Amino acid sequence: MPTKIEKDSVSGRDTTGHEWDGIKELDTPLPKWWIYTFYSSIAVAFVLFLLYPSIPYGPGYWHGLLGYSPRKAVDAEVAKLQAERKVSMDKIATLSFDQIKADPALLEVALTKGKITFEENCQACHGAGGSGHPGFPALAAGSWLWGGKLTDIQRTVTHGIRSGDPAAHTSAMPPFGELGLLKPEQIQQVADFVWSKFYGHVTEGQDVSAGAALFAQNCAPCHGADGQGNRLVGAPRLNSRIHLYGDAREIIVSQVTKPRMGVMPNWNARLDPATIKCVTLYVHSLGGGE
Amino acid sequence: MSDHALAERPVIYNDDVVKKFVIASIFWAIVAFLVGVYIASELSWPALNLGLPFTNFGRLRPVHTSAAIFAFGGSALLGTSFYVVQRTCRARLWGGEALANFVFWGYQFFIVMAALSYVMGFSQSREYAEPEWHLDIWLTIVWVCYLLIFMGTLMKRQEPHIYVANWFYLAFIVTIAMLHIVNNLALPISMYSAKSYSYFSGVQDALVQWWYGHNAVGFFLTAGFLGMMYYFIPKAAGRPVYSYRLSIVHFWTLIFMYIWAGPHHLHWTSLPDWTQTLGMAFSIMLWMPSWGGMINGLMTLSGAWDKLRTDPGLRFSVTAVGFYGMSTFEGPVMSVREVNALSHYTDWTIGHVHSGALGWVAFITFGALYYLVPALWHKELYSKRLASWHYWIATLGIVFYIVSMWVAGIMEGLMWRAYDKFGFLQYSFVESVVAVHPFMVLRMIGGVMFLIGGLIMAYNLRRTVTSPTIEAPTLDTSMGGLAVAGE
Repeated sequence: MPTKIEKDSVSGRDTTGHEWDGIKELDTPLPKWWIYTFYSSIAVAFVLFLLYPSIPYGPGYWHGLLGYSPRKAVDAEVAKLQAERKVSMDKIATLSFDQIKADPALLEVALTKGKITFEENCQACHGAGGSGHPGFPALAAGSWLWGGKLTDIQRTVTHGIRSGDPAAHTSAMPPFGELGLLKPEQIQQVADFVWSKFYGHVTEGQDVSAGAALFAQNCAPCHGADGQGNRLVGAPRLNSRIHLYGDAREIIVSQVTKPRMGVMPNWNARLDPATIKCVTLYVHSLGGGE
Repeated sequence: MSDHALAERPVIYNDDVVKKFVIASIFWAIVAFLVGVYIASELSWPALNLGLPFTNFGRLRPVHTSAAIFAFGGSALLGTSFYVVQRTCRARLWGGEALANFVFWGYQFFIVMAALSYVMGFSQSREYAEPEWHLDIWLTIVWVCYLLIFMGTLMKRQEPHIYVANWFYLAFIVTIAMLHIVNNLALPISMYSAKSYSYFSGVQDALVQWWYGHNAVGFFLTAGFLGMMYYFIPKAAGRPVYSYRLSIVHFWTLIFMYIWAGPHHLHWTSLPDWTQTLGMAFSIMLWMPSWGGMINGLMTLSGAWDKLRTDPGLRFSVTAVGFYGMSTFEGPVMSVREVNALSHYTDWTIGHVHSGALGWVAFITFGALYYLVPALWHKELYSKRLASWHYWIATLGIVFYIVSMWVAGIMEGLMWRAYDKFGFLQYSFVESVVAVHPFMVLRMIGGVMFLIGGLIMAYNLRRTVTSPTIEAPTLDTSMGGLAVAGE
């Protein structure tokens, strides 16, 4: 095969003499800066090998002159932050709510910690600022299922609701429709009554006395004769503007037929008691605290 | 054209399969960009998930990545490799039309089935290797046929040497075969079920996944497209390749270094510390081998820079090499463990892959397409003006995309690690989501611009194909500035 070395008038370099489909190559040496930078990066790599855990051998590996480990680095950072928080958090753990509230500086720490804890753990269900979502109670509204005092909130956060924790709040509403305790038309009558009496949608001339009687017999024991609810058994208040699963009449029917009963985790499995106190103070401060 | 080439028997090339791949590549480009815009919109406005499983972000995202990498990029690579290997070997494709057509249709079948399976909810949950085992086996068969055609053509070449573009294409084909097979080793739960479980478990599985994932970038998206660059830039510029030695040295160093760098995807995880350091160190050493390709691409232009004003295709190719240089510098920086502590899991990573995917892979392909369509169909490009519009709109789109992702990513990284004066987290995760929302929208706008550019290209190339045939090929194959030594 003929090899024809040519000279490139632009660069002054020779070609290699190869040619493919008209493409030729210049015989340019490696750029100096390129090769020295390449050597330097190899040198840097070997320094890294020397300093840090790197080369594996048999059962172990070279741990490096610095004794560095990313895991230790993270542990050290976490330990440093924990030490920083410890003074305040220890106080919060031992003092009562009243004592914490009496110390403005400490209360600021607790509410700051409570806010970020709420946002990272609670907000996904209860909404920003405790505004609530259908099925997930609004916390800022003052309509509490299990009580809105600081100690009530603390207990709910700690043990949860139907969470499996032995001290969890737990209650059950009978599935009146599913068990046949009420016939479908009776459920409609109860719904009519609740809809007009407690939700305030009064229809002129509608007779809800049948529903009232059924309500008194089946629902009032827990929800109260006036629909005021009962926090001892977690029975929701009906005579308010805030309804856990939504405001539609069909929701009353479906709840009576086959109620949904929500679950809240027991946060003692994830948060320490001092953090739970902080989040309790924060939730209490959202506007619904008692 | 040199004398000896004319003296020999002319070879009739198989351009039919190349044309098919070119058309497929343009088609899949539009699909990939469109799905990308849609999922970027889902991230900006989640209601666009529509509450349906088929349109959920989690299912559409692999449709986007597979369409971009394997459908658009893959069709471009297979097509150009068949074009380049024939011409630089002066040999018709080995194996005949039927085998070449099998590779084309088999590959397209794989792409369509993969996309359908994602939408229907089937996935191995391995990034960039989502198709389940039966599709993996099918792809293996197609890929081996592709390798046979390529190798066979190289074997029967009429040139004494193998051109550098073919080294890169061959490295791409062989390594992707190895990566594909090892990463997809899995046991199906039954012969009749699409579900399978990986052969590897735990951190080994993660490492195999990222050995594959990183080298899919290295050998599919880098080596393959460098092959494309090594043919189309010297051809379009009409200049000899800058340095033969550099191409040898950077080829072998790139091939050797890349394969070790995968662990940098698993910094700060349960991957052993020594493996993380090796991944980081090899990524740093990879910087110059990557840049060797950039130097050879850009310096080949010396003496022909004026052509950038008149040849929009070349402008794409050269800009691509620029983005390639930027991404391959950014990569080693991000692989440093301390930088990674800030960048990992943020949108900075998304910006990084897109400066590579849009800036390098797509642009080098656009450059090749603007060269190939007129060359294959013997036409003049319908409109240089439209190609210029495509260039500027797409470039601006990339800038929107990567700048918004840099800002979003660094902001996320800083917000996630910020502590307040009491030592508590300063921001909740959701606050960082709210903070990046404007940048999600900007990124989507960048994607829309890139899509518009792609549509302009598709229209322009379509009009090129349907325009009247030109008499003689106007492509000037001679290299400018050369004179036989001593003359």
